[in-house]
Amino acid sequence: MMKHMTKKGMVLSLIMAVVGSMGVFASGNQSSGGGAQGGGERHAIVFKSTGNPYGERMMSGFEAGIKEQGFTSITRAPDLPTAEAQIQIIDQLIAQRVSSICIAGNDFDALQPVLTRAKNQGVKVYSLDSAVNPASRLTHVNQADSEKIGQTLIEAAYDLTGGDGEIAILSATSQASNQNIWIDYMKKELEKPKYAQLTLVKVAYGDDLRDKSVSETEGLLLSYPNLKCIIAPTTVGIAAAGKVLSDRGLQGQVFLTGLGLPSEMAEYIDNGACPYMYLWNPIDVGYLAAYVGTALTNGKIAGKPGDQFPAGRLGTYTVTQAPDGGTEVLLGPPFKFDKANINEWKAVY
Amino acid sequence: MGERILRIDKPWNWKQFFLQWEWLLFGIFILIHIINSFLSPYYLNIDTFLSAPMNFLDKAFIVLPMMLIIILGNIDISVGSIAAFASVMLALMFNSGVPLPWALGASLIIATLCGGINGFLQVQFKELPAMIITLATMIIFRGIAYIILEDRAAGGFPAWFSFFAWGYVGPFPFMLIVFVIAAGIFGFLLHKTGFGRKIYGMGSNLLACKYSGIKTDRIIIMVSLLTGFMSGITAVFLTSRMGSTRPNVALGYELDVIAMVVLGGVSTSGGTGRIAGPILAVFIIGFLNYGLGLMNISAQIILIVLGLLLVLSVLAMNVRITKKGKKSV
Repeated sequence: MMKHMTKKGMVLSLIMAVVGSMGVFASGNQSSGGGAQGGGERHAIVFKSTGNPYGERMMSGFEAGIKEQGFTSITRAPDLPTAEAQIQIIDQLIAQRVSSICIAGNDFDALQPVLTRAKNQGVKVYSLDSAVNPASRLTHVNQADSEKIGQTLIEAAYDLTGGDGEIAILSATSQASNQNIWIDYMKKELEKPKYAQLTLVKVAYGDDLRDKSVSETEGLLLSYPNLKCIIAPTTVGIAAAGKVLSDRGLQGQVFLTGLGLPSEMAEYIDNGACPYMYLWNPIDVGYLAAYVGTALTNGKIAGKPGDQFPAGRLGTYTVTQAPDGGTEVLLGPPFKFDKANINEWKAVY
Repeated sequence: MGERILRIDKPWNWKQFFLQWEWLLFGIFILIHIINSFLSPYYLNIDTFLSAPMNFLDKAFIVLPMMLIIILGNIDISVGSIAAFASVMLALMFNSGVPLPWALGASLIIATLCGGINGFLQVQFKELPAMIITLATMIIFRGIAYIILEDRAAGGFPAWFSFFAWGYVGPFPFMLIVFVIAAGIFGFLLHKTGFGRKIYGMGSNLLACKYSGIKTDRIIIMVSLLTGFMSGITAVFLTSRMGSTRPNVALGYELDVIAMVVLGGVSTSGGTGRIAGPILAVFIIGFLNYGLGLMNISAQIILIVLGLLLVLSVLAMNVRITKKGKKSV
């Protein structure tokens, strides 16, 4: 009996230790957050999922923009890229009574109930990167004009293939609203007579997961042996496709372009798998979102078209009408990365 | 072997009573609340207490029948897929013009039938382990959901439908009330009826039960049907919570549910466990998750904490069971 008790006591104390370790994690987290008790207002950003370098940069820009104004930032992301997980995080943020929530939505509509609850509690809700529906947001921070992104990427495919051949798109999840808008504009652009010889054979979904994006790319290469160009308008997808094309030595036969992070893509731009690609600065997107959040909170803007506000080092921005019926703030045109400039940018982000 | 089942007949002993697994869980549960409220100024708040369960109760409905399955010594990993399939069918039927109350009823029936398929396969092909059968149906049910909706989302439900997962009756969330009722029914079934006693018996010694004239196949099919039905209930609440559905909803729910049941003191070798354990485990994991989230701890660290808690609790239980084994030898 004595032995029984001690063994049991040992395990019991181990369990207590685990539960107690929460406190250690928590205090560690708060110190890394840089004095979470800083300013009065707290502004939160919720990205799609953890482990996405592009999202990490965006959240760091947001953090910098909020801190610069003397407020406290909270950066969150679920472990799975699902709407369910984001609902739970938003619920926790509402309980913490944050001033604003900036969300990169995993689903266009599914977050509406929880975001409406946030709105009713006085939280200013807006989206960035991947929009939520206009009814559940005040405005949306968009990287670039969606139509221009679609046009630019098709023009790139035209240039790379010599204007003739099979092309495919490797996207993120099928519900990512930004991806779908770009793909729609790409399809619209392809209808122009100039692109009559280009055929879009498939839109594949890599779900922004590296392994799934790799297998989708391999699937494309197998199913379409004459494929000449892959457009991947997602940073996870383009890096996965770059790896597959490099591993198989397909440089010069299948061209890759799209939207990618310079630090991840430098290797594939150098080896020719991806002659050039585009992106905006995700740090700036987050930084701009930080100023949108504070402007919404202090009442400087209400998210109506024509509203103007200063955004720190980026200058003054204006809220405009978005194609989905809501409003948006546009960062600027996409930037082209090629062999000439990739080495200076890969160190930046 | 007899000791586990006949425990109820032993004279009451306060030491034995408080050394039960459920009291340990209760202690952890209280400890979590104390630590959470100490670490987060937003935790100790009646609104938080009442709204937090809405984040994790949807899957808790599957915990109840999963408990019966694990007491039987079986396992079912298709429950998340059944919920996804039922949710997709609900949206599909509603969007093709079926009135919502009918669509709700029909999707519950579909979920129940899915459970029935699992049960039927298990009694027909006894040489196959339940794990393999439900692995197959897990892939099939989610596969059908993907065929139906492909990569799209479906929704557009009327406003009243959101009441299920967001509504309150007085101060209590509707979902919590339904869960309490469901838990009461399962507790009654398990501890106060012949059905429950047969489940414990089959988990301890299937062969002996069969030779004593218990219709074991019937029990397995009934439990499977119940599991399907409760997965359907989860689908309804989940769909209501999101206001729309996709084929990849309820992803990984089977593992969350099994984790809750195991933390609740139900041994995977069958025959043991009481209703209070898994219910406490639901709230322990749920509030731990919620509290860590309130402190804005990153998702990876939350997973690590939950994993450690699970490993240690299984360890604690095995210490207890081996001890008992020694005693009876």
